[in-house]
Amino acid sequence: MTPLPFIAYNTYREAVRDRVLYNLIVFALLMVGSAVLFGQISIGIERQVVINLGLAAITLFGVAIAIFIGIGLVSKEIDRRTLYTVLSRPVRRWEFVLGKFLGLSFTLVVNTFFMGLGFFAAVFYVCGGVHRGDARLLAAIYFIVLELLIVTALAMLFSTFSSTLLSAVLALAFFIVGTFAEDLRGFAQMVTGPAHWVALGVAYLVPNFASLNVASSVAHDQPVAAHLVLANTGYVLCYSAVALAVAVLVFEYRNLK
Amino acid sequence: MSDVIEIRGLWKQYEVGFWKKRKITALQPLELTVREGEIFGYLGPNGAGKTTTLKLLMGLAFPSGGGARILGLDHQDPAVKAQIGFLPEQPYFYDHLSATELLEYFAQLSGVPAGERKRRVERMLARVGLGDAGGLQLRRFSKGMLQRVGLAQAILHDPKVVFLDEPMSGLDPIGRREVRDLVQQLKEEGRTVFFSTHILSDAEALCDRVAILNRGRVVTVGEVADMLAKVSESVEVLWEGAAAVAGIEALGAAVHVSGELARASVPRVKLDAAIDALRGAGARLISVTPVQATLEDYFMQQVGASEAAAAEARA
Repeated sequence: MTPLPFIAYNTYREAVRDRVLYNLIVFALLMVGSAVLFGQISIGIERQVVINLGLAAITLFGVAIAIFIGIGLVSKEIDRRTLYTVLSRPVRRWEFVLGKFLGLSFTLVVNTFFMGLGFFAAVFYVCGGVHRGDARLLAAIYFIVLELLIVTALAMLFSTFSSTLLSAVLALAFFIVGTFAEDLRGFAQMVTGPAHWVALGVAYLVPNFASLNVASSVAHDQPVAAHLVLANTGYVLCYSAVALAVAVLVFEYRNLK
Repeated sequence: MSDVIEIRGLWKQYEVGFWKKRKITALQPLELTVREGEIFGYLGPNGAGKTTTLKLLMGLAFPSGGGARILGLDHQDPAVKAQIGFLPEQPYFYDHLSATELLEYFAQLSGVPAGERKRRVERMLARVGLGDAGGLQLRRFSKGMLQRVGLAQAILHDPKVVFLDEPMSGLDPIGRREVRDLVQQLKEEGRTVFFSTHILSDAEALCDRVAILNRGRVVTVGEVADMLAKVSESVEVLWEGAAAVAGIEALGAAVHVSGELARASVPRVKLDAAIDALRGAGARLISVTPVQATLEDYFMQQVGASEAAAAEARA
């Protein structure tokens, strides 16, 4: 039997026993709660404010968890040498990387679920109920989960070849630049020469988080097209698979110190 | 007895520095075999290449050349890893887990059947003297307790070959004795034990054969008894009378003077000359005691010779 589920479960167990995780979740719920406050003082646009702020809080704290835990998934195991007793067993390196990714991804899904509950409670409070149309908020939360999967895969990739600090910086940089990937593509069309190719290269190298951000449209009760859900799912799976494949490739040939 | 570990020309060079231009050879091409059922000691001073060898054998680092076979299979083969146990030097484990959880996790990774895991874990914890500490989180464990957990995880899945890197490190005298007993038990159970150490008294007490490593190169390999026989025998001479000191020192022995008494360790072949020197100086001979040859003596001779050869080569 493959050791993947055991590694994934141990990763999940490690994450849920980490106090940092709970601090971040409490902060996220406080942010969602403060959205209620802002909503109440925003006459006429309470709903939009609660949805925008609530989804932003879930995204930001989800990304923080994905980066802070993701960068340590491999590098911490190497630094602390906990990896020695794992890899001296019948465990292949790719199984270790993939198991770690699955474990943290599951952790993030569970976290997002609980933060989503808090978010819906805030919407319920401000809007006096939840309606059938609010189901599109679920699509927005699903896109956040997809975003977190990419951030986790990138954090893991960077942690296979760089220090914890550098991994965090790189993952954060990819997240920020990825958020403006559409703007970067637009910029690439406006300039010529080397700048065009550099901007275009970076725009396609970083993940396109812009298409995953539907907070504004769902706040204005616009529907999320089914093809967008499919396209985003496919894109995230492909991007994460490539990032993980590179992570496995790097880790496969790495000498442990 | 067949060979369970065959190392053929295994070597490792690290590239260091920002541009990775500087090369450091951590292990020179190594030729070594370990027989089934023996306790094999891998000895050497710090930095000799012991841990590098174990990391290469465990697949934690990749060799620059050569290879190794364990139980007839390539050492990287996952099928081999199911049949070997490994205790790293100064082991560190997931401190969010209890000892029981950690061992259950390792049992899962090693493919121990689900129905057998709980019983196996309990038995292992009892065997290393942690029967009452199974539920305690590892962050509360002392260094000695962690070492015991390390031993338990190394033998949990009933391996045929056990690799131990400095297993006595960090243990108090009682802990060391217990680990020695455990290693002896492993041999009695028919397992092969390969252990690295720089504590030579442990190696002398336990090992059937040892290899001595210095500066990444195996200096000598052989049975402990043969090595002890090769150590030049000596005697300790105790006398009264400082006038004889110069005569004894002339024989090449270091003399330790304490008040009126003096003592020196001299080779047995020079005993007659030493006694003549004492008589000639009018000293009063108090005792002549044979000195038991130890593996440490042999180790010091071999490493000393290796260092001298290295210094000569550099010159």
